[in-house]
Amino acid sequence: MPASKAQVLVPGLVNLELEPAEDAAALDRLALWALRCAPIVAADPPDGLIIDTSGADHLHGGEAAMLTSLVARMEASGIAARAAVADSWGAAHAAARFLARPIAVIPRGQAADVMRDLPIRALRLPNSTVDGLHVLGFERIGDIEDTPKAPLTHRFGSVLLRRLDHAMGRAAEPFEPVRSPELIEVRRAFGEPIGAAETIARYTARLVDQLCAALDQQGLGARRLDLVFYRVDNRIEAIRVGTAAPVRETRRLTRLLTDRIETVDPGFGIELMTLTATLADPLRARQTISSLVEPEEPDISDLIDVIANRLGSSRLYRFAPVESDVPERSVKRVAPTAPDDGASWPGEWPRPSRLLSPPEPIDTMALLPDNPPVWFTWRGIRRRVARADGPERIFGEWWLREAETQSVRDYFRVEDEGGERFWIYRAGDGEDPATGSHKWFLHGIFA
Amino acid sequence: MAMSSSSLALSELRDRIARLEGGSARRREVLPFGVPEIDRVLPGGGLALGALHEVAGGANGAVDAAAAALWAAGIVARMRGRVLWCVTRQDLFAPSLAQAGLPPGRVIFVEAGDEAAVLACFEEGLRHGGLGAVVAEVARLPMTSSRRLQLAAEVSGTLGIAIRRWRRQTEATDFGQPTAAVSRWRVSALSSRPLPVPGVGRPRWRLELLRVRAGESADFEVEAPDAKGRLALSADLADRSAAAQARRLGAVG
Repeated sequence: MPASKAQVLVPGLVNLELEPAEDAAALDRLALWALRCAPIVAADPPDGLIIDTSGADHLHGGEAAMLTSLVARMEASGIAARAAVADSWGAAHAAARFLARPIAVIPRGQAADVMRDLPIRALRLPNSTVDGLHVLGFERIGDIEDTPKAPLTHRFGSVLLRRLDHAMGRAAEPFEPVRSPELIEVRRAFGEPIGAAETIARYTARLVDQLCAALDQQGLGARRLDLVFYRVDNRIEAIRVGTAAPVRETRRLTRLLTDRIETVDPGFGIELMTLTATLADPLRARQTISSLVEPEEPDISDLIDVIANRLGSSRLYRFAPVESDVPERSVKRVAPTAPDDGASWPGEWPRPSRLLSPPEPIDTMALLPDNPPVWFTWRGIRRRVARADGPERIFGEWWLREAETQSVRDYFRVEDEGGERFWIYRAGDGEDPATGSHKWFLHGIFA
Repeated sequence: MAMSSSSLALSELRDRIARLEGGSARRREVLPFGVPEIDRVLPGGGLALGALHEVAGGANGAVDAAAAALWAAGIVARMRGRVLWCVTRQDLFAPSLAQAGLPPGRVIFVEAGDEAAVLACFEEGLRHGGLGAVVAEVARLPMTSSRRLQLAAEVSGTLGIAIRRWRRQTEATDFGQPTAAVSRWRVSALSSRPLPVPGVGRPRWRLELLRVRAGESADFEVEAPDAKGRLALSADLADRSAAAQARRLGAVG
């Protein structure tokens, strides 16, 4: 459609000159930014990014969580993005453009099935080829897949089948990852490809040594390291590790990287290894406190790094108190390295050592309004209450939610005849139906 | 004469066994419970540090491990340093740990997701040496894994407590299988101390020492840990509580 026609159709249409060179440069900048997500990133002109997430998704709490946060961050900076994860570049490319709302995660091994239903335009083919296929009556990728391939190749050239293989994950498709010239990077090329885990570990240690020397010169410590392996068959494998605080210690960084060598598939051999500090913070020498009164608290940040890189940093936390009387809201999770302000919970009321989440409904017989139950049935076992304490009344937090304005929970600590102690509550104050459903729940198990 | 020579031979043999077991380099340090009746049956007069101990709950406690967790919290509360607590999925309620003397700032939790990862983190923590103690909640503890954990604890001198916790009560028969842990305990809930008024008194437990290396098994009736993580021997009858109180004070001071 010519611009003049569009202007007639939409009054007040803003016209901008197409600037492919600047668009490409902006896309490259975006690719560098996306390095925060995974070590291998490349721009996919004119409008896409490719991110190889293998070995990095667990650090973000899974593939779906990673995509959601990525799209949300893009949106915050004014880019309407859609993202998809799949087995191959071709499949992810198609899913991001034709399936993602705004994210799509295609489980491992199912890319071929999903691709069959997508239109032929999803195959990254020249427009003339797509039109030609439409003329012949092909609409979906599955249609081509079910047709003998030789006549199609005769008519449209080998690109059609190559793209089909890329999308189905049958053929590898290497790409050149972006690198920023400012990043501190060391590399090592091998005359003879290496493959044994021990050899990789040895050269990793040497690379870390060089990197630490380079970091030392600039007074920096690494917060995130990417170790990238270029295989002889043009595929790229990567390891990414992060640390809680800047580190420049050779032994610690080597340990973090070698811990994950088993996740690297060397294939027929690795011909080039590069180690990059994609995130580095200033690290200055610090005086250790030498106190005569009490021994220094041992440094466990290396242990935290090892476990966080293995499981993901969200799996490692401390509990901290929150000023709330509602039990499940009275604790929050904080990072293990967060400063300890010594705060704790008020200790007057006994609290159970296990808290069920969510509370489990129980059958009871109890005298209203404020007597503990005579018996209750939980998980199919009926227990007579021998002793009980309560009620401890907890009011809803009306300043948080409108619905909690009147809600009340009455907690009882009960002990059955066998000596087991439980924390049960009744939703409601026993008199006014507006305060709760008057159903009983078991919320915790006392020691 | 014969007696003294045989006892000499015995002590010599003990020394040799101790050397074989690898504990010769460092004198075994212990953490006393502060209850003379319990400390008396434990070799060295307390829970050995730099060793692996395992604990499980009795009856329903095999599934919820509520008392076992609080027992472990009471012990690590009396240690110095940070504590690593590894679980497969989190259902501990931190305020109750704080009530047993373990403030939230000292405990780092690892939610590992599966048993193998819990054991790996457990071993990593024991090997590190900068922690005061490591606690892990596991269902299966094979001989090989427990041996690795025990060796890691010996090298670093860190206390390790494995809380055995199963999905079903029938799986708890697994607790009979041998492991390399130095001691094995079972904590079951008993009815609380009777009060002169209606209400729940201080919780009481049956604490069974099922197995301990170089010691005899025993069982005790104890009261749950106080705010400093100390157990107390249960007063069997209400009118003997004053005597028990005196005994406990004596043990502490």
